[in-house]
Amino acid sequence: MSDSIDRETFDHLVGLAALELDQQQADYLLRELNNQLKAIRELVAIPLDESVPASLHGVPFAPTESPALREDIWLPHQDPGEIIAQAPNTREGYIVVPDIPHTTLE
Amino acid sequence: MELCDLPAYELSLLLRQKQISAEEITRACLERVDQVDGRSGALDSGELTAEDEHKVHAFITVTRERALNQARVVDKRLAAGEDPGLLAGIPFTSKDIFCVRGTPSTAASRILANYTAPYTATPVARMEEAGAVMIGKVNLDEFTYGSSNESSAFQPAPRNPWNPAHVPGGSSGGSVASVAAGEAALSLGTDTAGSIRQPAAFCGVVGVKPTYGRVSRYGLIAFGSSLDCPGPVARNVVDAALMLQVIAGADRRDSTAANKPVPDYLSMLEQPVKGLRVGLSPDYFRIAFPDAASGEYRERPLPTDIEAHVIKAAEVLASLGAEIVEDVPMPNTRYGIPAYFVISRVEAASNLHRYDGVKYGYRTPQPPGDLTQLYRKSRNEGFGLQPKLRILMGMYVSAAQYSAQYYQRALRVRTLMRRDFEQAFDKNGKYRLDVLLTPTTPTTAFKMGAVYGDSVLMQYADQLTVPANHAGIPGISLPGGLDENRMPVGIQLLGPDFSEDMLLRVGRAYELATETEDWRKIKPMVLR
Repeated sequence: MSDSIDRETFDHLVGLAALELDQQQADYLLRELNNQLKAIRELVAIPLDESVPASLHGVPFAPTESPALREDIWLPHQDPGEIIAQAPNTREGYIVVPDIPHTTLE
Repeated sequence: MELCDLPAYELSLLLRQKQISAEEITRACLERVDQVDGRSGALDSGELTAEDEHKVHAFITVTRERALNQARVVDKRLAAGEDPGLLAGIPFTSKDIFCVRGTPSTAASRILANYTAPYTATPVARMEEAGAVMIGKVNLDEFTYGSSNESSAFQPAPRNPWNPAHVPGGSSGGSVASVAAGEAALSLGTDTAGSIRQPAAFCGVVGVKPTYGRVSRYGLIAFGSSLDCPGPVARNVVDAALMLQVIAGADRRDSTAANKPVPDYLSMLEQPVKGLRVGLSPDYFRIAFPDAASGEYRERPLPTDIEAHVIKAAEVLASLGAEIVEDVPMPNTRYGIPAYFVISRVEAASNLHRYDGVKYGYRTPQPPGDLTQLYRKSRNEGFGLQPKLRILMGMYVSAAQYSAQYYQRALRVRTLMRRDFEQAFDKNGKYRLDVLLTPTTPTTAFKMGAVYGDSVLMQYADQLTVPANHAGIPGISLPGGLDENRMPVGIQLLGPDFSEDMLLRVGRAYELATETEDWRKIKPMVLR
């Protein structure tokens, strides 16, 4: 198990996270990430029986306590223009973005 | 006593007796805001002034005209002989993590600073349908990521009404500060690791974290979707029960909102506690934390002052006939924060990917070359350091090569924490507890700037509250007294799933039994 995140891995994570950091931010975040990793190291030492399942959330709802799923039907919004108006740049009801980069998949 | 200092249930009575109007109540709260709050949180707000350091700064947006219009509607309905609802005319604030149609809904982040919600969150809608009057949207840690409110992009950050040199706690810091300072009778907060209970303890008010799924999350800007719980902040247990009565219940817009009837919390509130089994666990009277240099874990006992307040609360309940059960083992409590570091970060990273500068919110003003650069620049300029930290950690621990060691393992450790509670509350088990009594926090409110920046130490403020979020169970923090510096100490009650009625009942019994104690007569510093 890796004990710390090196600068190369950190830079890779920053790219995947669609972030762009200045040096001061990068230094702080890398230091804090590694401090947090120290804090969670204890998890690895906990004796866990193979029979212990994962809990995705704490409360095991019985089927009767879970709401029925809604029908999958299309409903119009009362004012789609209100939603579109939240976008930072629009034209004729469309959201405007700059060029979408194209890369060739290997 | 001014109208804005009265409990919600007394205001409700006076209103129905037509001794006061909803507009008078609202104006009293708005005047209190003008007296104590100072300037509201804003982006790029400049240097702190000397005056800023003595104000509460609970709000990001004061919805003055909206509130007065709501109050006038309540008065008209009362005059017409209509039933205006259970919370008619009661002023409340909403943590600015809830969408409220037509209001800025910022999550205290630059990336949502220009976002006006086109819909209203279910808990807020239910408050307003019950006649409550929203005074405004209150500050928080950015996207709720913190325990002090100092990470808000909207400065000045909220301060503790008991001593403005101290933090109010977080992330629902604006909520508790507004209630403690009499700016509103109630507030709607959220609790992901203790974000209602920890600040409630720091500011001497009542905070309820309901069972996961008891209150709908629809319209809540998400942090940790398996942990987030909206809940009430109030100045007493009766008001908290009133509010929970209104906001709890199934919601077809949230598939995790439990389809389970809501009990009548008020009718059960003052039933005796004689014969109830109240547990104490040694695992809640010590904290385990990593040494900053070595990373090795160390344990130390809680400050004696905090422990003494919890023991005193147990003695009060014992004097009412409750049976105190000591030495209840909760051995997995210490894993709460390490597991939270993993689970909450994975969920946060997932939830934060939606902010891209395209559909809504902040977009960089720099001319981007292409869409990828637009994403990167917008997210870099829009997010503060704490969201960035959570995104990066969440992506790391859920990466394919690390997931088994970190994320999958943390989910299994979560099961162990759940089992601790199941054993303690098992009706046929050894301990058969009705409630577990614990301290809410390992310390009282710390000074502004004392912890901020150290993301590990800050997270450990939630060590005694986060196990309930992992397990999904409900908890309540109650004012338990003051420390030697006259800062509030919180005591916590935890119970099995959907036992909010029991927690409120025990809390009310404690409140009534201590209502004449001297510490309850002391007001927060900003009101003295």
